[in-house]
Amino acid sequence: MGYTTEIKRRNLIVHFYGELDHHITEKSRLFIDQKYKDNDLKNIIIDLTQLTLMDSSGIGLVMGRYKLVNSNNGEIVLISSNVYIDRIIKMSGLLKIIEVYTKLEDALSKLER
Amino acid sequence: MDKNYMKLEFLSRSNNESFARVVVAAFASQLDPTLVELSDIKTAVSEAVTNAIIHGYELGDGIIILEVTIDNSIIEIQVLDKGKGITDVEQAMEPFYTSKPNLERSGMGFTVMETFMDELIVESTKDIGTKVIMRKKINSSIDKE
Repeated sequence: MGYTTEIKRRNLIVHFYGELDHHITEKSRLFIDQKYKDNDLKNIIIDLTQLTLMDSSGIGLVMGRYKLVNSNNGEIVLISSNVYIDRIIKMSGLLKIIEVYTKLEDALSKLER
Repeated sequence: MDKNYMKLEFLSRSNNESFARVVVAAFASQLDPTLVELSDIKTAVSEAVTNAIIHGYELGDGIIILEVTIDNSIIEIQVLDKGKGITDVEQAMEPFYTSKPNLERSGMGFTVMETFMDELIVESTKDIGTKVIMRKKINSSIDKE
């Protein structure tokens, strides 16, 4: 499967599992965007805690969703607690524009403020 | 471990990206890499194979050739495609440069390969293809001797 989604208030939460690569980003991208638009949501939370690998395709996916929520005055945040994933996030420069939390609850309470 | 070699050919389908990573990781395991080293190698392979699929063959069908050589503690990985090639390799290797921004590519592929491996060589000829050569020294294998 590779990913699941859930909606909490006006937040779309996307949980990725296993390895996030070009194959999975292509499978999930349109579905995520459709879900976000159809339910008139505001923010996107991308949960990377259950990933064992992410390559630069995952960075591209986050950047693309950043543009989507930004144009809708929403926010995108990441959840990560894995050193391998943290390394590529740091390298990508994403930290300059996107906040990363280690726990989903923290991200939710931040977005609710 | 003195010397070992493997070669694999597969179709340029995106579901073969994970296949290529698993193959290289399994072959590399004879060097007893640490989990970090294994993650570095798998991510670098993922980038090179994805480039071949998206840029080399532009999402069409083609054959990707993966060769891995182990020489003492050095692992060398070659990813070769016979696709469209890169006209300006230097530009392609710049961080954040992408020839396909509409596909939401981050332009980080070569930067990731460079960071996670010790050495990266890219040879490309327009309309002939691209060969990516990456080398990494696996330190844990020496510590175990």
